[in-house]
Amino acid sequence: MTESIQSVLKNTKASDSFVKLATATRTRASPAKEVNPEKAEGEDREEKENGKLKLKSGDTECWDNDRERKRVGRLDGKEESRSVVCAGNYRRWKGNKGEGVRSLPLSGHVGFDSMPDQLVNKSVSHGFCFNILCVGETGLGKSTLMDTLFNTKFEGEPNSHSQPGVQLKSNSYELQESSVRLKLTVVNTVGFGDQINKEESYKPIVEFIDAQFEAYLQEELKIKRTLHNYHDTRIHTCLYFIAPTGHSLKSLDLVTMKKLDSKVNIIPIIAKSDAISKSELTKFKIKITSELVSNGVQIYQFPTDDETVAEINSTMNAHLPFAVIGSTEEVKIGNKMMKARQYPWGTVQVENENHCDFVKLREMLIRVNMEDLREQTHTRHYELYRRCKLEEMGFKDTDPDSKPFSLQETYEAKRNEFMGELQKKEEEMRQMFVQRVKEKEAELKEAEKELHEKFDRLKKLHQEEKKKLEDKKKVLDDEMNSFKQRKTAAELLQSQAQQAGGSQTLKREKERKNTSEGVVTECVPTMLCVGSVRLHTPSCIREPPEPVTIDSHRLK
Amino acid sequence: MVVGESGLGKSTLVNSLFLTDLYTDREIPSSEECIPQTLEIIKNAVDIEERGVKVKLTIVDTPGFGDALDNSDCWKPIAQYIDQQFEQYFRDESGLNRKNIQDNRVHCILYFISPYGHGLRPLDVEFMKAVHDKVNIVPIIAKADTLTPKEVMVMKQRIRDEIEQYGINIYQFPDCDSDEDEEFKQQDLALKNSIPFAVIGSNEMINENVARPIRGRAYPWGVAEVENKVHCDFSMLRNMLIQTHMQDLKDVTQEVHYENYRAQCIQSLTRIGTKDRSSRSKISRQSITELSLLPLAATEKLIQEKDEELRRMQEMLKMMQQQMQQSQGEQSDAL
Repeated sequence: MTESIQSVLKNTKASDSFVKLATATRTRASPAKEVNPEKAEGEDREEKENGKLKLKSGDTECWDNDRERKRVGRLDGKEESRSVVCAGNYRRWKGNKGEGVRSLPLSGHVGFDSMPDQLVNKSVSHGFCFNILCVGETGLGKSTLMDTLFNTKFEGEPNSHSQPGVQLKSNSYELQESSVRLKLTVVNTVGFGDQINKEESYKPIVEFIDAQFEAYLQEELKIKRTLHNYHDTRIHTCLYFIAPTGHSLKSLDLVTMKKLDSKVNIIPIIAKSDAISKSELTKFKIKITSELVSNGVQIYQFPTDDETVAEINSTMNAHLPFAVIGSTEEVKIGNKMMKARQYPWGTVQVENENHCDFVKLREMLIRVNMEDLREQTHTRHYELYRRCKLEEMGFKDTDPDSKPFSLQETYEAKRNEFMGELQKKEEEMRQMFVQRVKEKEAELKEAEKELHEKFDRLKKLHQEEKKKLEDKKKVLDDEMNSFKQRKTAAELLQSQAQQAGGSQTLKREKERKNTSEGVVTECVPTMLCVGSVRLHTPSCIREPPEPVTIDSHRLK
Repeated sequence: MVVGESGLGKSTLVNSLFLTDLYTDREIPSSEECIPQTLEIIKNAVDIEERGVKVKLTIVDTPGFGDALDNSDCWKPIAQYIDQQFEQYFRDESGLNRKNIQDNRVHCILYFISPYGHGLRPLDVEFMKAVHDKVNIVPIIAKADTLTPKEVMVMKQRIRDEIEQYGINIYQFPDCDSDEDEEFKQQDLALKNSIPFAVIGSNEMINENVARPIRGRAYPWGVAEVENKVHCDFSMLRNMLIQTHMQDLKDVTQEVHYENYRAQCIQSLTRIGTKDRSSRSKISRQSITELSLLPLAATEKLIQEKDEELRRMQEMLKMMQQQMQQSQGEQSDAL
């Protein structure tokens, strides 16, 4: 029973609403004391339920990320032969004695050692969820590997190379294996590494991961939230497929992994490794790891602080990156049907440890460390994202004691600040508006003045011209009068001369008359020319000069 | 010339083809160095001899192709190199002393297609379209030991379809005469159907578990032999390249690609000239310097004439305008 419980506990989901499984490591400070977390859990549970039972003295306190106090009981003297170790080692035991908590021996069997069973049942009925992101160039065998890993056929046809940009396609599946349900989401990158210009290729991936974190954060920050039933879409692990060139990482790989290493657990994989011989493979692996280290890329290390899996994990860590081959075809080898790829020179068996590291990958990914991957995502990557996001918004954890209040206070403070800013902005705008209006007014006034002046000037001009015209008219009238006088005088003379006799004098006088008339007619056009503004208004010039209509011409 | 992304086995294949070791102590740049890397063109010239027949072999390698993050225009240096060789030959041919012309023109490009994809990638298509009318392209599927025979067939068909779809002119094998015997025709047909060749290259000789030392790659599950026809098309490629079609490659380069280049070159030089075809061909006999000067003078003259005409017309216009103004002024004055 112990073994099964151990394995079950390893795979149990830890979430906010559950009682967290306490971790236990043999503390160096107090080697004699052993911790029985199950009992402690049971006590904790009871405490929560009853609210009364308190264990005093001798209990250790440990703080976890949510800063809830957990009281864990220690059993003095009673040796439990099993050292139950659970996955999710992010909480450390402090071997110090806390205040007011002590351990008590039990005189009989109480029965809270069935706590794990209850947990197991609950989590099995709830189901587990796991999200994998596969990043790699088109045609490296991502879909085939997924099919091989989970022994089923996932996706449709392979993708083409002519995608304009990188897109992510996400597919969710429900898998069931002997009453344990798994909601598996596989996200594939489509078109990665196909473009000629690959500088922007990593961006859609980073945005996708951030979007999942953001969704979870929003759910967490809601007032009415349902975290218990929330379908967690955060990416728990990223399988990065490296092309088996045999030389080194490609520049695209390096850049993308650097961008992703702080957001998700990266497990690098050498894809299609049936193209590399053994000696080349070791060289290739060494080159890759050295390049990753020298560039500061943090790939996922299998946890080695958990006793039962430490050994196997540390050996596996040395085999990273795994060289895998995927195949969904079955070939008869010996008398068994096995997954393999058949070549003219031999058959590559997928599950043969000598041929490739597929078995290792499957062990590590699914059978041993699935829970740890989820924990890491939640506690490391998600918390980092959350912290960055909230700090951006201006929240700070200045006083660790009063948690909800500081949030509220900061929120209120922010709000007031914001309103104040708004008001200030309004005032500014108003002032600007007033100023503008004033300026406009002044401008308009000036314009008005100018117009007035112009009008006056024009009026004056008009007056002057009118005067001139009138003078000229007068002169003309005078001349006309004098002419008329001369005419009458001449006529008189003429009549007299006629009486006196002689047509010569008449002619002479007629000539004189004509010349004087000509003079007058000549005068008029020149006056017209002087008075008019434009030369080339032919209508003006060609019209017969009429003394009566001079004014209308001049005033044009 | 060998062109392809790094890690596809170009140098290994070249070594296997000519059974020599051209690339000793090669330093492979790490990936962070590759990010901004630009293309280099490296020439390796070797003289090889077999049974008294000497061949001067020049292998042009292009490290850095397709390795950077931004690979737009990474084929330009290659196209320029090819054009340079043509230009050099053109000059030599038009020169006075034509006895010892060194033919550095590229006779064949071996283009390495990655076996991991599902066909041609955009970069492959762009490159091939940029050089397909300058040089013979022989596409090759590299590292074919990644693919099972069935996958090889699928991939080849796919690549052939895509080549047709994009209108890329790869090197076509000449049709054999109809009076050749059946076996030869069969071979020829098989050859044509295996484009692009799926090859494996190897630097190592395998000594154990085999009858005689052969070139191959040793895996835990078997040995992939380079020269085995069932395993890959390497021997077909070698035969084609060296034994049977070497001369044809050179001929096609000389007759088709070089002539195309030459025609283009000359056309661009004498584009403005209005001389007829015969005189143009006479001009082509002369040296290149004269060629360049003559049409230039003619064009200049024409330009000058046109300029003068324009000036005259402008002057006339001005005069007319002045006249009009004057007449208007006179009219106004007259009144």
